[in-house]
Amino acid sequence: MRTRRFRRVTQRNLLTLLFSAVKKSKAMAIAPNKLTTQQYDNNFADIHPPFENKTAAQVEASRCLFCYDAPCTKSCPTHIDVPKFIKQIVTHNVKGSAHTIFSSNIMGAGCSKVCPVEKLCEGSCVFNLLDEPPIPIAKLQRYSTEIAMDNNWQLFQRKMSTGKKVAVVGAGPAGLSCAHVLSREGVDVTIYEKESKGGGLMTYGIAAYKVTPQFCEDEVNYITGIGGIDIRYNQELGKDISLEELQAGYDAVYLGIGVGIARELDIPGEELEGVVDAIRFIYELRTKGFPAVPVGDKVAVIGMGMTAIDAATQAKRLGAKEVTMLYRRTETEMPCTRHELDIAMLDGCEIIWLAAPKEIKGNGKAEQLICSKMKLGEPDASGRRSPVETGETFTLEVDMVIKAAGQKPFDKLVQSMNLENKNGKIVIDENCSTNLKGVFAGGDDVNGGKEVVDAVQAGKDGAAAILKNTFHAKTQSK
Amino acid sequence: MANITSNFLGIKSPNPFWLESAPPTDKKYNVLRAFEAGWGGVVWKTLGSQVKNVSSRYSAVDFGGQRVMGFNNIELISDRPLEINLKEIAECIKLFPDRAMVVSLMADNDKKSWHELIKKVEDTGAHGLELNFGCPHGMTERGMGAAVGQDPEIACMVVEWVMEVATIPVITKLTPNVHSVVPTGRSVVKAGTHGLSLINTIQSVTGVDLDTLVPNPYVAGKSVFGGYCGPAVKPIALKMLTTIAQDELTSKVPISGIGGISTWKDAVEFMLLGASNVQVCKAAMTHAFRIIEDLCEGLNNWMDEKGYQRLEDFIGKSVPTITHWEDLDINYHHIAKINQDKCIHCGLCYIACEDTSHQSISLEYGNPYNTYTVIEKECVGCNLCKLVCPVENCITMEEHRVAPEYINWVEFQKRGLPLNDH
Repeated sequence: MRTRRFRRVTQRNLLTLLFSAVKKSKAMAIAPNKLTTQQYDNNFADIHPPFENKTAAQVEASRCLFCYDAPCTKSCPTHIDVPKFIKQIVTHNVKGSAHTIFSSNIMGAGCSKVCPVEKLCEGSCVFNLLDEPPIPIAKLQRYSTEIAMDNNWQLFQRKMSTGKKVAVVGAGPAGLSCAHVLSREGVDVTIYEKESKGGGLMTYGIAAYKVTPQFCEDEVNYITGIGGIDIRYNQELGKDISLEELQAGYDAVYLGIGVGIARELDIPGEELEGVVDAIRFIYELRTKGFPAVPVGDKVAVIGMGMTAIDAATQAKRLGAKEVTMLYRRTETEMPCTRHELDIAMLDGCEIIWLAAPKEIKGNGKAEQLICSKMKLGEPDASGRRSPVETGETFTLEVDMVIKAAGQKPFDKLVQSMNLENKNGKIVIDENCSTNLKGVFAGGDDVNGGKEVVDAVQAGKDGAAAILKNTFHAKTQSK
Repeated sequence: MANITSNFLGIKSPNPFWLESAPPTDKKYNVLRAFEAGWGGVVWKTLGSQVKNVSSRYSAVDFGGQRVMGFNNIELISDRPLEINLKEIAECIKLFPDRAMVVSLMADNDKKSWHELIKKVEDTGAHGLELNFGCPHGMTERGMGAAVGQDPEIACMVVEWVMEVATIPVITKLTPNVHSVVPTGRSVVKAGTHGLSLINTIQSVTGVDLDTLVPNPYVAGKSVFGGYCGPAVKPIALKMLTTIAQDELTSKVPISGIGGISTWKDAVEFMLLGASNVQVCKAAMTHAFRIIEDLCEGLNNWMDEKGYQRLEDFIGKSVPTITHWEDLDINYHHIAKINQDKCIHCGLCYIACEDTSHQSISLEYGNPYNTYTVIEKECVGCNLCKLVCPVENCITMEEHRVAPEYINWVEFQKRGLPLNDH
């Protein structure tokens, strides 16, 4: 699989290089509109294209061994019954296949595009043990879910309304997943979303060649198509609505507010023009359209997580001449997958291991990034060897610095609501319950930022807990 | 290099692979292409009665993502003018004198028609005749094809008519659409046929279209039972072949094996179970004549590996190994062993044994990979786990005899040994 993906990425990379050769030449600066329409289209086309047709899907689906207690299912945070949904493609029961996926993961369509499957389902496919390419699970999942969404098959019947009401804050993966499970059980759900669109980080925080804004919107509509879910947009918790109001007006509240902007670097010069936050950068790219997003010519990206990769590749594909990724540890400790790193490297991003930002210099604008050379010391709390300064430094000429060293919880908001928290991350018990009565939480706001698929599972767990503890009802959802 | 030339009833061919009487042998154009590709011989598509074909004619069964595991047809015997067929047969023989040319026949049900047809065919210089007593559709309604083969007496009568005039070898092709192929086989051997060939196609319905609700193949809103062939029928053909190869009377004549032969391995299996040569149809229809190359090369390499110099060295060698159930050795016992180094933890052996067999495999939970081990005292040695295991030689069956001596069912009962004791 790696080889095949590698090839695909290579082809796209060649396109990028080809087009970067003909881009307009401008003085080194942060500027929007660096490429032509066709260049943008090429650079931001679907990085994992779907199957050409039914036969192609059948060929791959037929390879699946239909494992028992399948490692792929065990490696999926939402426990999708992968062998079953693939078998259903083989038997031409695509509707059943989509139902199998969605009953475990209502964002199964989006997850098929954004999940780091190489470390989840596909990574544990037994074919890896034969040194054979794993089953393309994500691609097959995309096949079934795309057909279901295109045909608007509503595969779940909402139970008669029970008159019970739950407020969900945040229309991201956790909130939508929670709302869908609740609605299926006849609960009336109102989602309060601070943005003008649903989907959360799926819509606003993921590389554009993985999911398009249109897809994200379609997915939200498909999920809410079950009925009983009312999304109120542009309603921000702590500004437009208060937790007290929600507690008073609803039987329960579920907080799926996610995490905020990128963690600060806490170094001199961070306030200079040209120093941006990766989430904000991707958000702009997703909301304003590619040509409108300013990008530098010499871009440094701090961090080596999935968001860092997304930011680096997007910067390159927006027309940055040089993109350098800095990580304070080594490849062994990096949070992103090897597959993601390959994408960045094939896009032409430079990688500097064992480098930490020390200072940003410039005359009003970022011009130089001073970095400390690091070495690995003793393992830290995460079990990874911690980076230690060597005392040596080096300097990078830059005009843009993108901060992607993890995201920061909404600590001030969380603390202002008197929610028990740990550095801003909401603390919940085994019933997904916070310290406040009737207030539940899950997803990034609790775990500090994980995959979409983890948030979907958190939403399911939250809904199950609300049904059990508040409504004393059972859920069929796993 | 082994010698793979074949001599079937004196009909010589450079290899034992003939194309079966079917669409690929319907005319000179196809037959010349087959000979150019290297086929040892052909059985020309059945000549005889006047017919008219319909459209469509074929349907298939796909399985596990593979096309055409089974193939079904409702085509009749040759629908071309007899004179053209005869002329082309003669031309093919002239152009490829080293290849076998056998002509399949199905005349109207009277002695005169058979005599006239045989005379005309012999005039072409053909090397042999094959009597089509097997076609299961279209011709049977008119008392021909399988209608003859299904009744040993009628079959005997027709063969007697044929033997009155035939001067070249006569092969009688048997229909599988009977309880046993042996009665008709015996009957036609008694009537004097020089050889037998089997099996013809098996009556079938390959499937129903779930939109139109009409079975395949579709002819203006209707369908009929067709003749089934292809890899799906091979096991049935091998069984029927074995019964002919083991019968005291029918085993006296050479047998041409037919039924789902797609590879050299299939061909060797047919020959081990008593076929002197083999006929191929569906595999050529789906992959064209070029498959002859691997058929010959594979056979040759296998013979070299095993030290067989001529086909006769191994033809029929496996026939005695198929015995009666009551002669099997009850003291033989083998149990499954899972090679943990090769295991990919798919769990297929476990769940097959757990749900449908003897709960003889244990599961030790792991994340994400479970460990599966055989519980030796529970294993009955059924082979199911080995059959479903996707990794070659990961599960092996290890011999653990109950006792050293051979004991069969009859003896076992005589000694009053315990029954129903698992």
